[in-house]
Amino acid sequence: MTTAADTSLDRSVMPPSERRTLLGWMRRNLFSDLLNSALTVVAAAVVFLVALLLLRWALTTAQWGVIPANFNLIMRGQYPAEEAWRLWLALYLLGGVIGLMWRLISGKFSTAALIVFLIPLALREVPLFSWMTRFHLLVVAGAGAGAFYLGAYLPIQRSVRAAVYVLLGYLVVMLVILRGYSGDAGPMPTVTTILWGGLLLSLLLAFFGITLSFPLGVALALGRQSKLPAIRIISVTYIEFIRGVPLISLLFMGQVMLQLFLPDGFPLVDRVLRALVAIILFSAAYTAENVRGGLQSISRGQYEAAQALGLSTYRTTMHIILPQALRAVIPVLVGQFISLFKDTTLVALVGLFDLLGIARTITANPDWLGTQQEVFVVVALLFWIFSYTMSYASRRIEQRLGVGER
Amino acid sequence: MQEIHASQIRPPFYRDERVLGIFTQVLVVVVVVGLGLFFYNNMITGLREKHTVAISFSFLGQVAGFDIGESMIEYSRERTYARAFVVGLLNTFQVAILGIIFATALGIVIGVMRLSTNFLISRIALIYIDFFRNIPLLVLLIFWAQAVFLKLPRVAEAIVLPGPIFLSNRGVAVPWGLPTESWSTYQIILAAGLVLGAAVAYFLREQGKRTGRMPLITLWFLVTVAAVGLIGWIFLPQPLTFDQPVLEGFNTQGGKILSQQFMALLSGLIIYTAAFIAEIVRAGIQSVSKGQREAATALGLNPAQTLRLVIFPQALRVIIPPLTSEYLNLTKNSSLAIAIGYPDLFAVAGNTILNQTGREIEMFTMIMGTYLSLSLLTSFLMNVYNRRIRLVER
Amino acid sequence: MSENATSEEIIICQDVCKWFGEFQALKDCSLRVRAQEVVVIIGPSGSGKSTFIRCINRLEEHQAGDIIVDGIPLTRDVRNIEQIRSETGMVFQQFNLFPHLTVLENITLAPIQVRKMHKDEAHETAMALLNRVGIPEQADKHPGQLSGGQQQRVAIARSLAMSPKIMLFDEPTSALDPEMIKEVLDVMQELAETGMTMLVVTHEMGFAREVADRIVFMDAGEIMEVGTPEHFFTNAQHERTKLFLSQIL
Repeated sequence: MTTAADTSLDRSVMPPSERRTLLGWMRRNLFSDLLNSALTVVAAAVVFLVALLLLRWALTTAQWGVIPANFNLIMRGQYPAEEAWRLWLALYLLGGVIGLMWRLISGKFSTAALIVFLIPLALREVPLFSWMTRFHLLVVAGAGAGAFYLGAYLPIQRSVRAAVYVLLGYLVVMLVILRGYSGDAGPMPTVTTILWGGLLLSLLLAFFGITLSFPLGVALALGRQSKLPAIRIISVTYIEFIRGVPLISLLFMGQVMLQLFLPDGFPLVDRVLRALVAIILFSAAYTAENVRGGLQSISRGQYEAAQALGLSTYRTTMHIILPQALRAVIPVLVGQFISLFKDTTLVALVGLFDLLGIARTITANPDWLGTQQEVFVVVALLFWIFSYTMSYASRRIEQRLGVGER
Repeated sequence: MQEIHASQIRPPFYRDERVLGIFTQVLVVVVVVGLGLFFYNNMITGLREKHTVAISFSFLGQVAGFDIGESMIEYSRERTYARAFVVGLLNTFQVAILGIIFATALGIVIGVMRLSTNFLISRIALIYIDFFRNIPLLVLLIFWAQAVFLKLPRVAEAIVLPGPIFLSNRGVAVPWGLPTESWSTYQIILAAGLVLGAAVAYFLREQGKRTGRMPLITLWFLVTVAAVGLIGWIFLPQPLTFDQPVLEGFNTQGGKILSQQFMALLSGLIIYTAAFIAEIVRAGIQSVSKGQREAATALGLNPAQTLRLVIFPQALRVIIPPLTSEYLNLTKNSSLAIAIGYPDLFAVAGNTILNQTGREIEMFTMIMGTYLSLSLLTSFLMNVYNRRIRLVER
Repeated sequence: MSENATSEEIIICQDVCKWFGEFQALKDCSLRVRAQEVVVIIGPSGSGKSTFIRCINRLEEHQAGDIIVDGIPLTRDVRNIEQIRSETGMVFQQFNLFPHLTVLENITLAPIQVRKMHKDEAHETAMALLNRVGIPEQADKHPGQLSGGQQQRVAIARSLAMSPKIMLFDEPTSALDPEMIKEVLDVMQELAETGMTMLVVTHEMGFAREVADRIVFMDAGEIMEVGTPEHFFTNAQHERTKLFLSQIL
C-alpha cells in the first residue's frame, strides 16, 4: 500500500521492482488489502465462468451458418443484387468525398487521416468477404487517398464551408445513384426505397436524420435564446413537446398521419421517407438542446464585442457565436448521432427492414428457426462496433483538442 | 447650453428597433400558425372523406371487445376503450416504477465499481457500461424476449431457483404475499410508522441545525419505519401469508406469475438504463474536486464522514438532474413494449385501440398528452429542486 | 436636434438616465466631449461609469435623456445605431477577442463584413495596426496564446481597424497583471497623441493626470464633478471626490 510518505519519496529511492514489475502492479491494483483480494478472486471467478459459457456457446451450440447465408440481406436488405454495384459506386464516391473534405478542412495528413484511410483496408481482412468485396474496398481506399492528394491542386479555397458544400453535393448524388432515375430499365433503374434495408438503411436513416435535422435544430436553439418572446415561446414549445414524447409515437404518427396533413392529391410519401421525417423532427429537438448548451457557454462579452464592432445580429451569429458554440458541442453532437443511429432500429416496428427489421425476418424464416441468439448477437455487435468506434474517436478528438488549445 | 431633444425623434417605423422586433415576431407567428392551419385544414378535409363524424372522444365509452394479456385492475373484453386505456397506462407505470428502482440500484453499484481502485472490478464495470451504452435498446429487448425468455424450458422442466422461483417460457413464477383479514389494519400501522419516521427525521434535523452536527437522518428514519413494521407484524396474526408456486403437471400453481413479456421488458430496461445511470453516478462523484476531498481530510474528517458530509451532498447536486432525465427516458423507452407484446400504454392505445377504431387524431392526442404531462411534471419538479439548490448555495 | 450642437462637440449626453429594474444606475448624466479630446471617467466601483460609456454605443439602452454622437441622435432607429457603432470603437476590460479566430482574423473580420473592404486591403491595414501596437509577429496566433497585455493591444487594433472617430475604453487595464499595464497604457497614450477622441473609464490615476484633457468623477450614478487634471488633483471641490482621491492615491 502506498501512503502519503511513500509518494513524496524520490522516484530513484524506490526499489524499481515496486513500480514496474507485473507483480508490483498486481499488488497495488488487485491485492492491495484483504477486501480487495477477496473481490479480485470473486470477480475473476465470475469473469472466467461467463467467458467460458459464452465461448462454449459460440464454439459449439451456435449455428453460425445463418450469418453467411443471409449476409447480403443483413448488409443491404432487398436491394437487388444486379444493382449492388451502385452501392459500391456510392461508397467509392464516399471515400473520395472524405479524402477531399479532409484536405479542405485540415489540409494535413495526420495520424487520424491515416487511420480513416486504413479502415477500408482493415475491412478487407473480414473473413466473410468475397474477393470482389475486397477489391471494392481497395478502390474505396484508393479513392480516398487520391481525392486527398488531388484536392491540393483543385482551385477551391480551403474552408469548412467548402467541405460542407462537397458533403451536401455528395448526399444528392448518392441519393440519385441509390434510387436510380431511369424508371424500369435503362442504365440506372429505379430501386424503390422499400427495398432498401439492412445496415445500408440503418446508416442512411441515421446519417440523413442527423444532417437534415441539424439546420432545424440550430434554428430552434437560436430561437430559444432569442430576445423576442414569441419566437422563444414557439421554439420552447416545439422542443419540449418533441422531447416529451417517445420516438415510437412520432414514427407511428408519421406512418398513419403524415399523409393526412398534406393536401389532397399530394403524391404518396413512401414509408421510408415518412419514417425519415419523423426522425428528423425528433432529432431536431435534441440537436436544439445540445446546441443551446454551446450557446450558453459563450460569454456576453463576445456578443458585445461583435456589436461594438458594428456587426449585425446575423453576422454576429454566423461568424462569432455559432462557430464557437458548435465547436463546443461537437462531442455532444457525436453522442447524439450515436443514439440516433441506435434509435433508427425503431423503424423496424413500423414495417421497415433496417438491420433489426431484417434480423426479425431472418429469424422468422422457417429455414432458420431458432437462430435468434446468433442473429441478434451479430446485429448487436454490428451496432456496437459502429457506436463504440464513433464514441471512442470523438473522445480522442476531444482530448486532443483539449490539450491543443490550452 | 443649447436645447437638444434626440429622444423625441421618432425614427421611421421600418427602422425602429422595437417595431422591427415586433414585426419579426408577428411574421414568425403568422408563418407557424399558417403552417399549422394548413395542416389542420388538410387533415379535416381528409377526415371528412374518411369518416362521417368529426373529431370526438365519445368512442371511448364503447365496448372495447379485445383482451389484454395482463392488467393490474379488473378488466375484460366487455369493458370500455377508456378502461383499456387506463389498463395500458397502469402497466406503463408498473414497468416504469419498478424499472427506475432496480436500474438505480444496479446503476449505483456499477458506477461505484467503476471508481474502485481494484483494477479488475473497475474494468468489469467499464466493459458493462461501454457495451450496453452502445447497443440499441430495442435490439436488447428483442434479444431478451426472443433469445432468452422464449428459450427457457417448458414449465414441466422449469429452472427452479431458491425461493422457489420457477423460470420457464411461460414467465417467472415467484412467491407472493396474500393478504389476510388483518392486512388492512397492518396497512394503517405501516402508515403510522411512516408518520412516526417523518417526525423522528424532522426532530433530528432540527436538533442537527441546533447543534451543527448532522445525525444520520435517513438511517434513523428507516430504522423507525422498520421497527414499527416489525412490531406490527409480531402483534397482528399474520397480515400476509406467503403463497409459494408449486409445479403441477404442465403448469405452476399459486404464487405470482410474471409474464415472459413483462420480465423481458423490465430486465431489458433495467440492464440498459443502469449503464447510463452508472456513468452519471461516476461523473457525479468524480465531479467533486480532489481539493474538496483533501480539504475534508485536512479538517480531520474520516473517510466515511468525508463521503457523507462532503462528497455525497455535492455529487448529488450534479447527479440528480441527469438522473431525472434518465428516468424519463426509461419511462418513454417502456413504449418499446409493443415490440415484445407487453400491453403498455402505447401498445394498447397506439396499436390495438387505434387499429380497431381508426381514431388516429384522438388516440395520438391522448397518448402524447399522457407522455407529455409526465415529462412536464418531472421537469417542473426538477425546476423546483434546482431553485432550492440554488438558494442553498447562497 | 443635432444642428443646435456645436460641430466640434462629437459626443453630447444630456440628462441620461438608466434603470436596471428598480435600481437607477444613471441619474441625469450630462457630458459634452469635443473632438480630439481625451476624457477620463473615474469613480468608485458601481458608480455607473461603465454603464455610462456603454450607453454611448448602445450596449445598454438609456431610458431617458439624449445622446448624440457625431451629430447622429441615438434613438431606436437601427440605422443610427449601426452608424454610431461603426464610428465608435470599444475596448473591454476582458478583451473579448474572438477565441476561434487568429489575431489577424479578429482584426479583419469587421472591416471585411461591415465595411465591405477587400480582403487584401483589410489584411494590409491589420498588419499596419499590429505594427502600431507593437506585436506584428503575433498575427497568426490565436488569442489564447497571447499574454493579457498583448490581447488587449490586439483588441485596440481590432477597434481601430474600423477607423472609428471615437474610442471608448472600459477599464482596459483592470484585468491585467501589473507588469503588462504599462504596455497597454503606452499604446493608449500614443493614440491620444494622434488626436483620437477618447472616453476612458480607468483607475489609473497616472494615466489620467498625464493624458486626460478633462476628468469626470462619478458616484452613485451621478456625474459629481468635471474638470482638468490639474483642478482635480490639487483643488477638487466636492467632498466625495476628495474622499475618493484620498483613498485611491
